[in-house]
Amino acid sequence: MDLVVAVLFQLVYGIANLALISLGLAIIFGMMRVINLAHGEFLMLGGYTVVVATNAGVNIWIAMLILAPLVVGLIGVIVERLLIRWLYGRMVDTLLATWGLSLLLIGLVTSIFGASTGTTISPPLGIIRIGDYSASGYELFLIGVTVVLFIAVWATLKLTKLGLVARGTMQNPEMSAALGVSNTRIYMITFGLGAAVTGLAGGLLAPVTGVLPTIGATYIAKAFITVISGGASILAGTAAGSILLGGVNGIFAFITGPTIGEVALLVSAIILLRLLPRGITGRFFRKSL
Amino acid sequence: MNGNDTLRAMKPVFVFALIGVVFMFAAPYVLQLFTIINLTTAIALAVLALSLALVWGYGGILCFGQVAFFGLGAYAYTIAAINFGGSTWAILVAVMVASAFAAILGYFVFFGRVSDVYLGVITLTVTLIFFSLIRRTSGPDYKIGNALIGGFNGVTSPPLNLPWDTSSFLFPEHVFYVAMAALILCYVFCGWLVNTRFGRVCAGIRENELRSELLGYDSRLYKLGIFTISAGIAAIGGVLFCNGVGRITPDVFNLYNAALTIIWVIVGGRGTLIGPIAATFGLFYLTSALGGQSVLNNNLVLGVILIFFVLLVPKGVAPTITDWFTKRRKPARNSRRRRKQGRST
Amino acid sequence: MKLSRRHFVMGTSALALAAPATIARAQSDNIKFASILDLSGGLDIYGAPMAETTKLAIEDINAAGGLLGREVELKMYDAQSTIQFYTQFATQAAAGDKAATVHAGITSASREAIRPTLARFKTLYFYNTQYEGGVCDYNNFCTGSTPAQTVAKVVPYAMNKWGKKVYIVAADYNYGQITAQWMQKFVAENGGETLDVEFFPLDVTNFGPTINKIQTAKPDMVISALVGGAHVSFYRQYAAAGMLKEIPIASTTFGVGNEQKLISAEEGNGIIASYGYFEGIDSGANKDFLTRLEAKLGAGRPVMNELAIRSYEGAMLWAEAVKAAGTIDREPVIEALRSGLSYDGPSGKVTIDSQTNHCSMNVYIGELANQEWNIVESFENQPPADTQLVCDLNENPNQSTFLFENGLEAAGIK
Repeated sequence: MDLVVAVLFQLVYGIANLALISLGLAIIFGMMRVINLAHGEFLMLGGYTVVVATNAGVNIWIAMLILAPLVVGLIGVIVERLLIRWLYGRMVDTLLATWGLSLLLIGLVTSIFGASTGTTISPPLGIIRIGDYSASGYELFLIGVTVVLFIAVWATLKLTKLGLVARGTMQNPEMSAALGVSNTRIYMITFGLGAAVTGLAGGLLAPVTGVLPTIGATYIAKAFITVISGGASILAGTAAGSILLGGVNGIFAFITGPTIGEVALLVSAIILLRLLPRGITGRFFRKSL
Repeated sequence: MNGNDTLRAMKPVFVFALIGVVFMFAAPYVLQLFTIINLTTAIALAVLALSLALVWGYGGILCFGQVAFFGLGAYAYTIAAINFGGSTWAILVAVMVASAFAAILGYFVFFGRVSDVYLGVITLTVTLIFFSLIRRTSGPDYKIGNALIGGFNGVTSPPLNLPWDTSSFLFPEHVFYVAMAALILCYVFCGWLVNTRFGRVCAGIRENELRSELLGYDSRLYKLGIFTISAGIAAIGGVLFCNGVGRITPDVFNLYNAALTIIWVIVGGRGTLIGPIAATFGLFYLTSALGGQSVLNNNLVLGVILIFFVLLVPKGVAPTITDWFTKRRKPARNSRRRRKQGRST
Repeated sequence: MKLSRRHFVMGTSALALAAPATIARAQSDNIKFASILDLSGGLDIYGAPMAETTKLAIEDINAAGGLLGREVELKMYDAQSTIQFYTQFATQAAAGDKAATVHAGITSASREAIRPTLARFKTLYFYNTQYEGGVCDYNNFCTGSTPAQTVAKVVPYAMNKWGKKVYIVAADYNYGQITAQWMQKFVAENGGETLDVEFFPLDVTNFGPTINKIQTAKPDMVISALVGGAHVSFYRQYAAAGMLKEIPIASTTFGVGNEQKLISAEEGNGIIASYGYFEGIDSGANKDFLTRLEAKLGAGRPVMNELAIRSYEGAMLWAEAVKAAGTIDREPVIEALRSGLSYDGPSGKVTIDSQTNHCSMNVYIGELANQEWNIVESFENQPPADTQLVCDLNENPNQSTFLFENGLEAAGIK
C-alpha cells in the first residue's frame, strides 16, 4: 500500500515536472507560432540565476520565485526586441534564429562562469514519510507550484484585459490593430511572459538537478514533443500532453527501467500524433485555452 | 514538358556539376592530404543536406529527422559490410534499408494526413528513439549476423573496396573521389528529378495541396515517393560518412545533428539544391576552424554568426545570390520566376 | 559510384605530387604536441580542467629548456563533444601538423575513433582518462586508472563499512555497463550480493521512480557509475528524499567532473569514491603543483581530479621518454616508455606497465566532507590487473584492439 502511494506520488511528480518545463514553450509556441529552440537555455538561465544569486547570499526563495522569472523574462523581452520581432510569420526562420540563440547563450554562460559553477543550495522543505518510503517535501511543493502556475496563466489569459487583448491579437492581428492595440507591444509581453515562466521553472528545478551551461539540451526535446502532442491549446494541451506522456514514461520507467521509459514516451507521442494529427487539443477540448 | 525543356531547366545543375568535377580532380594538387581526407566527411554531410533540400525544399515536407535515414544507412552499410566481407552489396543494402524504412514511416504519416510541424515532430521522435535504443546495445547480445552493434561506442566501419574485389580496399584519400563523385551524381539526379513531371507535381503539392488534389493528383503518393527517394540519398550520405569518420556511433541520431541538418538547408536557402550543399561546406569549414582556436568559446561564435545570418540573409545564401545577379542583369522577367522558385511553404 | 582502377592511379599520383608541399610546410623547429579534447558541448565539464593542465605541462617542459634543445609547441583542438571531429582533428594533427604525439579523447567512443587513425599515420597516442580498461594497443598508452585499480578497492572498503547488499546504478552506455559488470564481479568476490542493477540514459534528470525502487529493495548501500551533468540530479534527489542518511553511496565516477561542487555539502557528505588522485594527497610534488596551478589560474582555478592530473602526467611521461630516447621518433620513444619508465607526479609515482601500455599507480579512497575529498585510505603502486588478464604486448606487440568492447564475458572474464 505504501509502495502504491509512493509510486503514485512519483508519477504525479513526473507529470508535473514535464508540465513545468513545457509550459513556457507552450505559451510562446501556442500564442506566437515561434518554435523556441533556445527554450532549454532559458531553463538553464533560470537555474543559473538561482545559483549565482544564492552564491552571492540571496535567500533561496527570493532567488527562485522572484529573481529567476524576472531575469529570464527580461532576457526574453530583450531577445524579442532584438531578434524575434523581425521574424514573425516566418516559423522556419525562428528555428534557425533560436538555434543560434541557444548556442550563443551556452557559449556566453560558459565564457562567463566556466564549464561548471559550484553551488551550495539544496532542496528546502525536508522529507515526507509514506510508511517505509520517503520522498522530498520539495517535490510536493513543485507539484503545487505547477498547479498554481497553470491557474495563474489561465487567469491572466481569461480574466485580465491584457489576456483578452493578447488572445485577440493572436487570433487576428489586423483586427486588433485596427481596434487600436499595439501588436508589437503584445508580442513583446507574451514572449517575455513565456520566458519568465520558463525562467521560473528553471529556477525551481535548480535545487533538484545539475546546473550546467549545457543542461538545456536534456529538456528541449521532451518539452517540444509534449507541447506539439498537446496541440494548439496552451494550457489544456500542455496538461493533456504531460499527463499522457509523463504517465507513460513514469509507469514504464518503474516497471522496466528509465531507458525503456524514455522510448515508451517517444513511441506514444508518435502513435498519438498519427491518431490525432493536430495533437490532443486538435480533437478534444478544442475551445479550451 | 518534354525532354529538351528539362535539359534547358537543368543548365545550372550541369554548370555546378562541372565545377564539382573540376574541384574533384584539382583538389589533390591544391590541398593538403589531411584536408582531402577530412573533406570526405564534409561531402557526406553535404549529401545529407542535399537529401533534405529535396524533400523539404521541393516536397514541402519538414523532416526534422533526416539524420534517421542518414544514420540508418551508415549502420546498415557497416553491419552489412562486416557480414558480407565487402562493401559493394553493403552500399545497396544501406540504400534499401533506409528507403524501405522511409516508405513504411511515410505510409504511416502521409496516409494519416499528418503534416506541418506535427510531421516534423514525428520524424524527430523517430530519430530520438534510434538514439536511445542503439545507445544501449553494447555487449555481445546485440548483434546482427557477425556484426556487433556496439552501443554508445559504435562500430568500426569497414572501408570501401573496389567493386566486387574485396581484397583491394580504398585508402581514405581515395574515398574522397568516391565521395565527390557520389555527391555530383546525387546532385545531378536531384536536379533532374525536380524538373521531371513527378518533381513538378511535388512542387505543386508543396504550393497548394488542396488544389493539386482537386486536379486529380493523390498527394499522399507523391509525398511518399519523394520522402522515400530522399531517404535513399541520405543513406548514401551515411555510407560516405561512416567511411570518412571510420566509425559510426549513435551520436548521429542526436538532437544536435537533427537540428544541424535543418540549419544547413535554411542557411543555404530552401527551394535550391546547391545552396544547402554550399552551406554545409561553409559551416563545416567554420566549425572545424573554430575547433582549432581556443580564444573564444565555439558555441558563442557560431551562435552569433547564425543570428546575424538569419537577420541579414533571410532567404538563404543561394536565393540571395541569384536574386542579386538577376536584379543586375534582367530586372523584370527572370526575377519573378526566380522568386517563385525560391519560395517554399 | 563506379570508378576504374586507372582513375585511382591518377588520384594516387596526384597525392604523391601534393605530398612534398605538405612536408615542406610542416618543417619548423618546434616539436608539435597535439591535444584533442571536448572544450565545448556537454563534455566540457571534463575537458576544461584537462586542457588547463595540458597547457601547464607544456609550459613546464619549455621552462625547463624544452626537449632535445627544441621548444614544444602545443596544438590544441576542441572536438566540441562530437565524434566526427575527433577523427578529423586526429588526421589533421597527424598528417597536417606532423605532431610527435597526440594526447586525446575523453569518452571511449572518442578514443576508439582516434586509435585507427593514429595507427595509420604512425603517430604516438596517449589516452589520459580513467576508463573501463581493456585497450591493448602498442601505439596507445592509457594513463588513467581502470576498474581493477579503483572499483576493486572501493567495493570491499564500502562493504566492510556498510554491509553486503548492494544496489548498482550506472549510466546506460558502454562505460557504465562494463563498469557495472566489474562492480558485480567485485561484489561477488567479496562475498556480497547485488540486489539490482539499473541503467540510465545520459539525459535523465528525474530519478524518482528509481529512488522508490531502492527503497523497496532496501540495500545496505548504493554504488553508482552515473556520468555527466544530468545525472548529478540523482545525488540531489536521493539526498532530498532523506536517503543518503539511511543508505550511503559509493561511486567510481562521482568527482571526475568535479560533481562534488555541483551539489551542496549536505547532499554529498559521506559519499565514498576511489581514484588515482585527490587534491588532498600529502606530498611535496602535489603541493608544489597546486601552488603553481593557482599562481597561473588564480583562486578560481578548477578543482583537480584524476582526469586533469593524468593529462599533466601523461605529457610528462612522454617528455621523459623523449629525453630517454634522445629523439622524438615514434619507435624509440615507445621503446623508452615500455622500458618501465616512471614519473613522480602530483599523484605519486606512475610507472608504465609494458605488458599493457597502461600505468601502475597509487590509488586512493576519498570520503566527501563539505564538498572536499578527504583521503581515508591509499594503496601504492597498483597494477592494471584487469587489462593484464587479457592483454600481453610483451608477447605480441602487434596488437591494436579494445578487448572489453563487448563486455567482460566476451573477453573471457567471469
